[in-house]
Amino acid sequence: MSSTNRFAYFPGCSADSTGISFTKSAEFVCKRIGIELVEIPDWCCCGTSAALVTDKNLAVALPARSLALAEKMDADLDVATGCAGCFNSLKSARHFAKQSEDNRAYVEDLIDMPYSASNDVFSFLEIMHRPENQELIKNNMVTTLHGLKVASYYGCALVRPSKVCEFDDTEDPRSMDELIELVGGEAIDWGYKVECCGGSHNISDPKAAKKLTERIYEDAMINGAEAIAVACPLCFLNLDMREKELNAIREAEGKSLFNIPTYYFTELLGMTMGGSFKELGIDKHFWPAEDIAKQALSARTQSDDTAEAKEVAK
Amino acid sequence: MSRVGVFVCHCGSNIAGTVDVEHVAEEAAKLPNVAYATTNKYMCSDPGQQAVREAIIEHNLDRIVIASCSPRMHEATFRKMLAGTDINPYMLEIANVREQCSWVHKDKDVGTPKAIDLVKMAVAKVNYDAPLTTTTIPVNKRALIIGGGIAGMQAALDIADAGYPVTIVEKESSLGGRMVMLDKTFPTMDCSACICTPKMTDVGAHPNITIKTLAEVESVGGYIGNFEVTVREKAKYVDYDTCTGCSLCETKCPSKVDSEFDQGLAKRRAIYRPFAQAVPAKPTIDAKNCRKLIDGKCGVCEKVCPVGSIKFDDEDKVTTEVYGAIIVAIGYQLIDWTKIYGEYGGGRFKDVISGLQFERLVNASGPTEGHILRPSDNTEPKTVVIVKCVGSRDPEKAKSYCSRACCMYAAKHAHQYLDKVKDARCYIFYMDIRTPGKGYDEFYMNTQHDGARYIRGRVSKIINQNGKLICKGEDTLLGSQVTVEADMVVLETAMVPADEANQIGSMLGITRDKDLWLSEAHPKLRPVETNSGGIYLAGTCQGPKDIPDSVAQASAAAMKVAILFSKDELESNAMIANSNKNLCNGCGACVAICPYGAITLEEITARENSVMVTREISKVNPGLCQGCGACTVACRPGAMDLRGFTDEQIMREVAALCQW
Amino acid sequence: MDTTNLSNVTNAELEAADRIGKEAGVRFDDCYQCGKCSAGCPMAHAMDYVPRQVIRLLQLGIVDEALNAKSPWICAHCMVCSARCPQGVDITATMLSVRREAKRRGLRPDKEADIFDDIFIGNVRSFGKSNEAILAAKYNLLSGHLMQDMLNAPKMAARGMIGPKIHSVKDKEAVKKLVDKALSKGGEQK
Repeated sequence: MSSTNRFAYFPGCSADSTGISFTKSAEFVCKRIGIELVEIPDWCCCGTSAALVTDKNLAVALPARSLALAEKMDADLDVATGCAGCFNSLKSARHFAKQSEDNRAYVEDLIDMPYSASNDVFSFLEIMHRPENQELIKNNMVTTLHGLKVASYYGCALVRPSKVCEFDDTEDPRSMDELIELVGGEAIDWGYKVECCGGSHNISDPKAAKKLTERIYEDAMINGAEAIAVACPLCFLNLDMREKELNAIREAEGKSLFNIPTYYFTELLGMTMGGSFKELGIDKHFWPAEDIAKQALSARTQSDDTAEAKEVAK
Repeated sequence: MSRVGVFVCHCGSNIAGTVDVEHVAEEAAKLPNVAYATTNKYMCSDPGQQAVREAIIEHNLDRIVIASCSPRMHEATFRKMLAGTDINPYMLEIANVREQCSWVHKDKDVGTPKAIDLVKMAVAKVNYDAPLTTTTIPVNKRALIIGGGIAGMQAALDIADAGYPVTIVEKESSLGGRMVMLDKTFPTMDCSACICTPKMTDVGAHPNITIKTLAEVESVGGYIGNFEVTVREKAKYVDYDTCTGCSLCETKCPSKVDSEFDQGLAKRRAIYRPFAQAVPAKPTIDAKNCRKLIDGKCGVCEKVCPVGSIKFDDEDKVTTEVYGAIIVAIGYQLIDWTKIYGEYGGGRFKDVISGLQFERLVNASGPTEGHILRPSDNTEPKTVVIVKCVGSRDPEKAKSYCSRACCMYAAKHAHQYLDKVKDARCYIFYMDIRTPGKGYDEFYMNTQHDGARYIRGRVSKIINQNGKLICKGEDTLLGSQVTVEADMVVLETAMVPADEANQIGSMLGITRDKDLWLSEAHPKLRPVETNSGGIYLAGTCQGPKDIPDSVAQASAAAMKVAILFSKDELESNAMIANSNKNLCNGCGACVAICPYGAITLEEITARENSVMVTREISKVNPGLCQGCGACTVACRPGAMDLRGFTDEQIMREVAALCQW
Repeated sequence: MDTTNLSNVTNAELEAADRIGKEAGVRFDDCYQCGKCSAGCPMAHAMDYVPRQVIRLLQLGIVDEALNAKSPWICAHCMVCSARCPQGVDITATMLSVRREAKRRGLRPDKEADIFDDIFIGNVRSFGKSNEAILAAKYNLLSGHLMQDMLNAPKMAARGMIGPKIHSVKDKEAVKKLVDKALSKGGEQK
């Protein structure tokens, strides 16, 4: 693990499109706490599950190319990425190359570039969760979430397979919860932290995907969540864009409606560090997210937990 | 010139199926010094042995090679056979052409040449065999039993009834082990305490039995018939000679902690007996939680004790005694599922409990006085899900083995629940039903008649919604996903070895398997013996088993001890190390490497090169030496040799193999 | 339900099952059919065979049925099955392996999924990056789901999520070459 806060940055294809709010908020937090992101020159798409279903070699070659380019740029830098899907593809390619010298040489041949597989890959979540960065986040806070009840949603690609991801607990990850609590939110215990949102079917089978998304909202609602935090643009899109559509269906079925905005965890961090909603991209959500955020940031009640939250802020 | 007889066993088709035994015998006949070679269908049988005896006379043989199964199986048999002839029983070599040959190969083309090689080596070695004799060692007729659960108690009672003194070393403050924590026992549903506590009382009252509680074995030296054992009895802070067991102290103690006996479902005091029928029926102080012992404040128990039995200055008592035999009965523990199964909540949900917790919940003297109430809110659960194979048959997360008792105790739990709670539903998620045992499958069928619904499939995840535990499974017989909204979930967790198993195993020289269960000497024919003479196994320390099997094994181990104690002396091992004092330079490498402490250095004064010299040489204690041979390898001047496995013999074997 | 005559299972099918297993790095006989995979599968409701049954087909050598099953195409690759399998069977890898084998044989039991992934890879081959607007539009066109998510498109444009600009790598030729080389191996790894 690199000890510095300088990383070769793999933005991923959604970084300046559907994942724009993640990019903006993550870059905001990084800037505030001094994490330096150096974009990998001419990185390409990681291939995601489309490559995996098409061809095993393609699923290795695409991410390996970007990893090799990162090495070429600066062999001392670990790679950072926001998108969980990209994280998983990059980590898997590296894992394959690390299995044996044969595998590594095979990958070099595939991409026609030298690749040592020495540099590791980290997600923003893992990087910001490092103790030294938690300390920096704490020091940069100007307010807190005042006990906002947040369901941390990790999804699949950050935690599975555990041998590849090497990140947190596979069934009950805690890192995002701890970051939420760090900035004064209340991380609720719920059951869908690591259940699939159906994001990979967002376009090809939206009906099936919606069912998965609905279960996530349902469990969050039952367990009293006021907001959902995510660490992946695909999960975000799938939750945020579908909430209204789900409500339309639920209304017809006579079921209770959802009213839970989804945030990137970096947006929640950024908010407490003084980032404006525009700076963080919170104004770009499909499901209105500004009101609850505003409420959270201003002390809502004079109750004890507000005092506690101030303690945290201090 | 020696006259060797070679006898090749068919072992039915076990060997003959993969090795051309006739050809092996033909080739053996051509080897130097072989006077006679033949085959037999079953060498170990009476006719087989008789054939050898007759051949010895007819062909005037003076040493024997038997090509058969592993020497671990029948070497002793053939030695005994030779004892009735003119040949010394140690003029015998076994070529293992079964386990090391026929069983690992598939066809004769490979098996036969290898068998011939093995026989050649044995013949080369047997030519250098020398007659060996044994000595006798005394037997101390006192038995030590480590562990006071049902197996340890049964073994203790049997040995004590046979007239020999027994000491039980129990690490807890009472006898009883796991069995006394259980409510009822399958399949007869008799009350566990009702059949266990009388045994505890019998043990406590038996004139031949000494009980040491809160005690651990610290070290073991010596050998069969003569074990020197050091036991530490931890400070109890109560004088058992004067304490009447009135339990006034327990009612007044202000410090409350989770009761281990009630599996954290109830509280106990810092001065306590784990349960009402504890034996000895006297309390001990848990120093970690006693206010007086922590910071000197309190001392209420001392004030209220009517007989002045509280001793805050009590200290550990360490004693060393000699025993002739040791029975290990250290039992099992349940796997800590909370660290492994995050998908079942990892211990975050109060109403997801273990089977042992359920036993306490359903027990009349348990925390709820036998009313089945869920821990979170003390309400009666109307739907209970039972999940089997938690931690067992799960090589990825936990143990690969089947824990054996769970199918039955799961059925028992379902039966008890459906019996006590009216209008209840009980779903049991299972993979297979394994109920071999008298009355066991009938019991399982009755549970189904009680209304338990068996779902064939493992639960993938349990989530908590509105106080309901949503269990997600697949009914693999239906081929579709199912969910159950349960009020309480019981996880039937796997038995795993006790924490001490590894340490006690290594202290006593007992091998452990990959899961750290203590290994018996032979899985079929020596199920209660270990590879260390005089040390036996009883109960679940050897592997998961239920109460009847544990008790049967305990009585078997007790019988082995009684057999040992029926003799005043034992024959020592003939194949032990021997130091050539002319070659020994007294370096002491053998002393350091000997795992049994069998070698010492002693001073001798002798004439060497016409000068009187005093120097140290090594000496082997024939009682302690187990013939492992470690010293022979460590010995640089080549003074140390193992009888029956001399350097010369090994080199001859190698040479025989290489000359091919 | 029809009787499956196991004697009709061909050697070719058994060999194909072996190959699929090898590509997935899985021994199908490790599976003891406990169903934990399918119990936790978020997509099982939409499948014709639950993941456990796909493994079962492969265990028995009923490979043609497995290759024509929709399940491998419905699988969302969330990997929860593999993560929880007590026997360490990588079910996700099996699903992928079956799907790739079906594709190699020209089978596509789920048209939508196939179209989507082909467009995606085509997109990456041409530009080196995935352009979500092109992806969605082209998918709608080719799949016949013309109006899908069209209501969201203006909102996405308004939020700067999609736009007229096409994102691409500088060295397009290098990526094209890399994609073609990877695909030229026909799925064989080493």
